Amino acid sequence: MNVILRHPRREVTIDAPISVDRMLKALDIVPETVLVIRGSDLLTRDTTLGRDDTVEVRPVISGG
Amino acid sequence: MHCRVCRERAAVEVRRHNAAFCRDHFIDHVVRQVERTIHEFDMFGHADRLVIGVSGGKDSLALWDVLHRLGYRCEGIYLDLGIDGYSIESREFIERFVKERDLILRVVDLHDRYGFTIPQAAESTRRSPCSACGLSKRYVLNEEAVKGGYDALVMGHNLDDEAATLFSNVLNWNIEYLARQRAVLPASDGLVKKVKPLVRVAERETAAYAVLSGIDYEVDECPLVAGNTVNRMKEWMALLEHRSPGVTQHFLGGFYNVDSFHAPTPVLPSCESCGRPTTATTCAFCRLQERATRQ
Repeated sequence: MNVILRHPRREVTIDAPISVDRMLKALDIVPETVLVIRGSDLLTRDTTLGRDDTVEVRPVISGG
Repeated sequence: MHCRVCRERAAVEVRRHNAAFCRDHFIDHVVRQVERTIHEFDMFGHADRLVIGVSGGKDSLALWDVLHRLGYRCEGIYLDLGIDGYSIESREFIERFVKERDLILRVVDLHDRYGFTIPQAAESTRRSPCSACGLSKRYVLNEEAVKGGYDALVMGHNLDDEAATLFSNVLNWNIEYLARQRAVLPASDGLVKKVKPLVRVAERETAAYAVLSGIDYEVDECPLVAGNTVNRMKEWMALLEHRSPGVTQHFLGGFYNVDSFHAPTPVLPSCESCGRPTTATTCAFCRLQERATRQ
């Protein structure tokens, strides 16, 4: 499956099926710092991602 | 994971509330949190004329959307900071948002009004860009709100912004800053009332609210943000929150409840250049402007 990351924008491939929780652990990302988006849906950490999925991992921390 | 209210598939988990919500009930949850905060801190009422400082990011646009849903009379101010590409793109997000909802937006161009941009100020004063930006936003938004005769200036600082600022101020024992850090800063001579209705909504929740409400916002970081201290504090606090859900809200909420931290706003002398309140002879913004525009 494909994962779109930002800051800077890039794509990585992860073995699937995998849960959102495990995907974030594999990418060493703290779940509280991102949203995981598939199409127009937000995904909770128990969602299982399939091989054909593409998700965006969108950072939420911003300067102000 | 299922919605706490309707048992449909959840879209967002809010671990500190030990809850998850579907799209519609999450939007309701955020709106109720903001409404509760407005009432609890006696921020403003439906008769008041409000103005919100908008950046094009998720927090200010999500908050403006919530206030619009709740029927408050709120206009917006965008300060164009003159950051190549980024300022123009941010403004486009706001203009689309405003057009879709038929709202009123005032735009102030920092260079046209005060003769400098944030990159120029950072270079000529050797301040960090974030420091020059924060100072300019505080000054100009207050100036516009006072001139516009608004009852309150609404800011989109969320729970994580405020907790990270508190964390930084405690680590550095900035007593004066601690005394001024509140959800409501009352109006005083030359300063408009300033309110922060998002102090109960986490940063991840404002982002989720924006996505689920179809609000298109500036996701990319400001190109000048590298090394931002508050962002570093937020990353540390996110680790604490991950291990102990709710710790961020307890930290900030506990601070708001300790009255002894919050000294009354002192009467400040006027800046000899612009007349706004300051602790120095000339206020920090006028000094920044003088150095940034010096030939």
